[in-house]
Amino acid sequence: MRPPGRGRPGDPGPPRRPVRLLLTILIPAAALLGLAAPALAGAVVPAVTQETIPVDGTLRNADGTFLSGVTVEALDSGGRQVDQTRTDAQGRWELAVPAAGTYTFRIDPESLPPGTELLQGEVTRDIAEDRLSVVIFRFGEEGEGLDTSTASQVLRLLVDGIRFGLVIAITAVGLSLIFGTTGLTNFSHGEIVTIGAVLAWTVNVTLGVQLIWATLIAIVLGAGFGALNELGLWRPLRRRRVGLIAQLVVSIGLGIALRYAVLIFFGGRSEPFVDYTSQIARSYGPIALTDKDLTTIIVSIAVMIGIALLLQRTRIGKAMRAVADNRDLAASSGIDVDRVVLFVWMLGGGLATLGGVLFALSELSSTVYWEMGFRLLLLMFAGVILGGLGTAYGALLGCLIVGVVVQLSTLVLPVDLKYMGGLAVLIVILVFRPQGLLGSRARIG
Amino acid sequence: MIDFSVLLTNSLAQLVGTSAVFYALLALGLNVHFGYTGLLNFGQIGFALVGGYGMGIAVTRFGFPLWGGVLFGMACGAALGVLLGIPTLRLRADYLAIVTIAAAEILRLVTRSTSQTDLTGGTQGLTGYADAFTAANPFDRPEYSYLGVGFVRTELWAICAGWTAVALCVLLLWLIVRSPWGRVLKAIREDEDAARALGKNVFAYKIQSLVLGGVMGALGGIFYALSVQSLTPDFWSPPQTFFAYCALILGGAGRVLGPVIGAMLFWAFLSFADGLLRQATGGTDPLIGFIDTQDVGAIRFVLVGIFLVLLMVYRPQGIFGNRREMTLDAR
Repeated sequence: MRPPGRGRPGDPGPPRRPVRLLLTILIPAAALLGLAAPALAGAVVPAVTQETIPVDGTLRNADGTFLSGVTVEALDSGGRQVDQTRTDAQGRWELAVPAAGTYTFRIDPESLPPGTELLQGEVTRDIAEDRLSVVIFRFGEEGEGLDTSTASQVLRLLVDGIRFGLVIAITAVGLSLIFGTTGLTNFSHGEIVTIGAVLAWTVNVTLGVQLIWATLIAIVLGAGFGALNELGLWRPLRRRRVGLIAQLVVSIGLGIALRYAVLIFFGGRSEPFVDYTSQIARSYGPIALTDKDLTTIIVSIAVMIGIALLLQRTRIGKAMRAVADNRDLAASSGIDVDRVVLFVWMLGGGLATLGGVLFALSELSSTVYWEMGFRLLLLMFAGVILGGLGTAYGALLGCLIVGVVVQLSTLVLPVDLKYMGGLAVLIVILVFRPQGLLGSRARIG
Repeated sequence: MIDFSVLLTNSLAQLVGTSAVFYALLALGLNVHFGYTGLLNFGQIGFALVGGYGMGIAVTRFGFPLWGGVLFGMACGAALGVLLGIPTLRLRADYLAIVTIAAAEILRLVTRSTSQTDLTGGTQGLTGYADAFTAANPFDRPEYSYLGVGFVRTELWAICAGWTAVALCVLLLWLIVRSPWGRVLKAIREDEDAARALGKNVFAYKIQSLVLGGVMGALGGIFYALSVQSLTPDFWSPPQTFFAYCALILGGAGRVLGPVIGAMLFWAFLSFADGLLRQATGGTDPLIGFIDTQDVGAIRFVLVGIFLVLLMVYRPQGIFGNRREMTLDAR
């Protein structure tokens, strides 16, 4: 395993006028990120090309101190011990399991420092070769005991679903607007999300900038990366009159190249941010949310309102809607279509970055991981198609529905099938309303 | 120093190896969908999955004989084609792309789910369905060598069976694209409305095309399952479809032999690049010191991605294709 963060994929493009406009939307929203943190920790991610699969994590006590010298062991499904280790001075442990499968990870309570309260010292998990899973051991006092009646469970999942849906929506608005203005079905949009989150991680961990500021810097860089995409690849392709289907295949190739470039520079593990790695849920009436989840919801809503105002009130927003509605008519009425498309790419890149950070914080226990965007891509498509391809508001509505369906589906489906619900909604909507909830009939062809 | 003779023999082996067969079958199916009918199926790996798992489950769980399992796997591919076609084929091309990739992911998630362990083996995978295939192996020496390229007997048997399947598919395609049926498919690709105006039931033709190509994809999955003798769910992930597209476009979409040649060259090229990078970065005095050997696998995929982009931009018709015929555009 290499030390991560040696390189930074993506070079910021030249800052142009639209940047300032973009920032005025994103800054107040991101400044709302205010969070606090105590206990738990750890993550696993296997490398792609190794014989044994490494599993690791970090043990932290409830007060945030690292637990060193604690014995952690891995047992296979038959209960045989496959590996054992002790945590180092930073509480870090690493085990190797021989192959993909189900393993139980256990802390030896005898080896804990005296007075440490162990809440959950045994975790059973499926370890696969290319997939993120997180091994967390919990210490300290149990938080507010959650009511487990069905009604409160539904409410909790609903809030969780709205949170997840908002995160998908933030990342997917760019996807939908790019489709609306250029007709490109961009299969590399997930990689913009990953690269944005990796940029934020690099600024946060390697350069030691606090995560809120790191996110703001990454948003600027992400917008630059979006501009680089447009100026370096898509605009020249449009000039060459490359067809839309060919562009779609190009975006797949670009996505593969970028995804594995991230793997090379960032490594195959999930790496945590410095800040907000672990938080205890606070209760708000019947529901309980961690501060970072609550912040994710507030930031997302604020950004969405910002986008709506941008689209409705500003000149560039009106121009975007005009181009999406009828490109030729917009061009002939004096709108500089290339400039609008460039702005859409920068907006999409910045939003994808913000969405990537929020996704990492709220869904991946504050870790960044090289395939995270690609995993999100299909849910983004599901949301965008559900709402109506090419419409900004449709993307928001569709993604919210997908997020809620994904979380609520855990009531009836096993947890490892929860993304299935979101994808199934996509297929169902195409049978009954192919243009999407807010799409116009003309778009379906 | 770089040992080119090893590199060349390894690449030669890949030219006819099991990977080439697998991607050739997938790409043959995609050729029916995309090359002849203009359907963007990005879930071909899902067809392969239902083929492989259909056979595996039929044999291990329901006691089918192997040939019955193979037929069942192919039937599963056909059924998936109908199921996916009905909601999506009336829509524009990119909807089909997204729905098929989503369907393939759903299938992968379901097969790997621990709740399905009794049926699919979950993350543990499925084994023990290929005994009849192993027993039928006519090669009795442990190893065979042709032109300096060595093959283990199990591999040689799989390769022979696989290329037979490829040859049959090619023959079928060669006959079928010359038939009136095949000409309607091309007409749909060129101008769907014109085909409809001539009284052709475009929807029915598209479903038939999706089913035919899907069965070829399922055959690919069956072949893979038999050659590696175990099924693990995470093998069947979306990038496999993209690699099959690389092979198809490299060879030339809309040409009978295009995907086969494309798959062979694609894997020979990939194996050559892999070996070259490993030799250049490994050893005590590496030629290229700044790249870790363990990154080679990833670099290979970066190259594949860039290769696909360049191919699409500069030579979308591939090696054998006809540029005028393959305009590759959405309506």
